[in-house]
Amino acid sequence: MTVAVRQTLALTKRQLLALWRQPWFVAITLVQPIIWLLLFGALFKHVVDLPGFHGGSYLEFLTPGIVVMSALFSAGWHGMGLINAMERGILDRFIVSPVARGSVIAAGLVQSIVVIVIQSLVIIGLAFAAGARFSAASVLLQIGLAALLGGAVTALSDGLALVTRQEETLIGAVQFVVLPATFLSSGMMAAALLPGWIQDVARFNPVNWAVTASRAAGDDWTLVATRAGFLTALLVACAAIATRAFRVYQRAV
Amino acid sequence: MHSAIEAVGLVKTYPKDVRALTGVSFAVAEGSIFGLLGPNGAGKSTTVKILTTLTAADDGTALVAGLDVLRQPQAVRRSIGVVGQKVGVDPEATGRENLALQGDLYVMPRRDIRARADELLRRFGLDDVADRLVRTYSGGMQRKLDVAAGLMHRPRVLFLDEPTTGLDPEARAEMWAQIEQLAAEEGVTVLLTTHYLDEADRLAARLAIVDRGSVVVEGTPDELKSELRGDALVVELDGRLDGAVAALAQVPGVNETSLDGRVLRARADEGARAVPLVLAALDQAGVPVVSATVARPSLDDVYLRHAGRTFGAADREEVAA
Repeated sequence: MTVAVRQTLALTKRQLLALWRQPWFVAITLVQPIIWLLLFGALFKHVVDLPGFHGGSYLEFLTPGIVVMSALFSAGWHGMGLINAMERGILDRFIVSPVARGSVIAAGLVQSIVVIVIQSLVIIGLAFAAGARFSAASVLLQIGLAALLGGAVTALSDGLALVTRQEETLIGAVQFVVLPATFLSSGMMAAALLPGWIQDVARFNPVNWAVTASRAAGDDWTLVATRAGFLTALLVACAAIATRAFRVYQRAV
Repeated sequence: MHSAIEAVGLVKTYPKDVRALTGVSFAVAEGSIFGLLGPNGAGKSTTVKILTTLTAADDGTALVAGLDVLRQPQAVRRSIGVVGQKVGVDPEATGRENLALQGDLYVMPRRDIRARADELLRRFGLDDVADRLVRTYSGGMQRKLDVAAGLMHRPRVLFLDEPTTGLDPEARAEMWAQIEQLAAEEGVTVLLTTHYLDEADRLAARLAIVDRGSVVVEGTPDELKSELRGDALVVELDGRLDGAVAALAQVPGVNETSLDGRVLRARADEGARAVPLVLAALDQAGVPVVSATVARPSLDDVYLRHAGRTFGAADREEVAA
């Protein structure tokens, strides 16, 4: 076992233990997506009768959108943990130890993805209970793509935390980005029914990549493969940025 | 004798032109306890951050355990233990888990981690609470665990950045005893920053007084104190202050008079003989006196002499700034 792997595992264990001891954290971040799922699911039940939807149930259409939105929120807040670690002096202790900066980011990524997988399972389970049906491939895709996108956003959130070192900025950024990014995609509404400019924006919106690829299970594997590829590249790029952000932090302390 | 730490001309400026260090130089002999003493904001913590590779100096060089902090940061990190100003332990983990994490980060053999954690928990009297979450610990217990974590991997140089700030007197005395003992037993070099004069006096074999970003004087506590000839005279005045300094100027054998709030300080060749003369002079000038004390020179006096203000005044200035 290489040094870096052992250090990363030790840091990951710390994060997962903390999560295990405060399971309500996962529950709280689930409240909002569940309300959206049930409320929107009921409110727009008949939207699927519009041309542009290909029949089916709206709940089945909506679920991947809510899975991705919930991943965005919990990933967006991830930097708060890092700010907390800064304020307590825990982060400085990691920096002055022989641990690679990348290991600190990687451990946070693993924790965040574990949270996203649990949340996704709960949301999909609720949708199932409300009558929605998904193939196994669809469930795996929804979770996997939400994890990739959530991972990228986690790294960005951590990077932003390192650069700004204050909770207010992070709260602002999450509020400013998550909902618009969700609505500028086909998360809630069929692509054909989106206004032209939103369709244009959505093509470059990673949220849309995750949502459309989640719905393409069994139909369009090329779309799935390319979007999963984009999201993986995004995750790697964001993790690299977050690792670099340590330099900014260290210059400021 | 090798130097465990050698800092030469360290300069650090933060954004918005905040000059934290304007040229800090000092050397620490291997196996000794060295104190960096100064008021809040003097530059002690910034010096520690540079020496522990947390941040980089804008200018100057520093060697820790013979390694350059800029060129060989990884090697430096393996050789040092750091106990920062903020308690760096995880409140959501147990004491033992905190130490085990530290052992993993420094890639200690697993069996060694267990034995070393037990040893340190016992030494710091934390064995009873080892498996409780740290957030249930008192401030003093958290500090002890923090020091234990800094020692976990048997560093050659240990940095203690204001280790007793915020502790009650009892916990502070206990911490002092433990620092002394571990320095002796583990043969570790300790760089201690403090803004308590009595702490530096008690623990440090040598110390440097830092003020406004540079070292103003360095030596053993005794050397520094014996540099001051005579006793410290402290007279507390009652309201009327005019003419107090002028009155003392006329008393033979009394010099270096200064007024800090309602407290008049001066240096007297022979304190006991000077007191009645000083009181008489003040009485004649119509300055009422609340109390007068004579003391052997303290580090506070050393600070006053070299920094041009009292320690308390420097702290207050920092708070006001």
